[in-house]
Amino acid sequence: MMDIIIIGSGPAGVSAALYAKRAGADVTVISRGSGALAKAEKIENYYGLAAPVTGAELEADGIAGAKRLGVEFMEDEVVGIAMNDDFTGLVVQTPNRAYDAKAVVLTAGSTRIAPKIPGLKELEGKGVSYCAICDAFFYREKTVAVLGEGEYALHEAEILLPHASRVMLFTNGKEPTVMIPDIIEVHKEKVVAVESENANGTERVSGLRTEDGVLTPVNGLFVALGTAGSVDLARKIGAGTENNRIVVDREMATNVPGLYAAGDCTGGLLQVVKAAYEGAVAGLAAAKYVRGLKSL
Amino acid sequence: MTVTVLNKENFKNEVLQADKPVLVDFWATWCGPCRMMAPVVEKIAEEHPELKVCKVDIDENPELAQMFNIMSIPTLAAFKGGQLTGTAVGYQPKENVLKLFA
Repeated sequence: MMDIIIIGSGPAGVSAALYAKRAGADVTVISRGSGALAKAEKIENYYGLAAPVTGAELEADGIAGAKRLGVEFMEDEVVGIAMNDDFTGLVVQTPNRAYDAKAVVLTAGSTRIAPKIPGLKELEGKGVSYCAICDAFFYREKTVAVLGEGEYALHEAEILLPHASRVMLFTNGKEPTVMIPDIIEVHKEKVVAVESENANGTERVSGLRTEDGVLTPVNGLFVALGTAGSVDLARKIGAGTENNRIVVDREMATNVPGLYAAGDCTGGLLQVVKAAYEGAVAGLAAAKYVRGLKSL
Repeated sequence: MTVTVLNKENFKNEVLQADKPVLVDFWATWCGPCRMMAPVVEKIAEEHPELKVCKVDIDENPELAQMFNIMSIPTLAAFKGGQLTGTAVGYQPKENVLKLFA
């Protein structure tokens, strides 16, 4: 089992890695591609910059510095996190394998708000779900759709396949970014509404209306757009979230033992200085947590 | 107060005919957010004697989940006078659960 996995390699993730590494923990950063920082054209309000730098430069220098200090970096996409069966650690799931760690720091940035499809928010818990592992049970021998286009959506669809009689993927106007097996039917039209029906006095999902006017009957809809963001991952493991941000205490700890969060995903200022500070706190707290486990 | 474990035999008596408002936690062993919810629900049972706090393992009692159209877990359901008056889905801190009874 690894000591600490950090998900995300922006300023929060790299700062967490540096401080945790310096505190004596083994640290692995898993990330896929660049985040919000790389899109910043010019950073000139951060401490110690004699001249402005681009976000991409700052990000690359941050990663290079952490590598120099012995932090491991892995290029992979995280599609889920869970507690292991005996509550002794956390499991980080990527498309092809699972990694066990004593502690995890979520620093994968803020997620954009879910698309404003009528019915999507209203029907949450009534057929709209954000956790295939939790809710696949309810769709035995039923038809379900996954909303998304990448590895994350495929992962959710694969969890549903053994339960549901039929699994469809609605890419909402996008081209799939991964190979989708033939058993999953792909719909590329934009979804304009999640339709519902009344069953014993409560509303529940009955189908998806697409831009071509077609109504495809489904019993459930699992939302897995783009890549899984910090908040998506937090919701799957049961970390508290509020208004699309992860709830943390002063040590950047969530309510899940061993799970920390830092940077844009905790809300507040979307700034490098805030992400770096929170990353440092989370890295130290995670290292302290791991040391505590060792002394048991 | 402890958390009452429900099944289809005792559901009517414990929930629908209860003499006080009832919180029901619909959960399953495989659901991560349900595992995080359990200590919160236990704490509510301890601190709020004015509520009856119960849980339903949906794997063992699928008919109870079906009766209330539960399609996501955890679902926290509030009952007053035998009627379902509100639900919250996913991990919720204590304050959010108690809001169901406000």
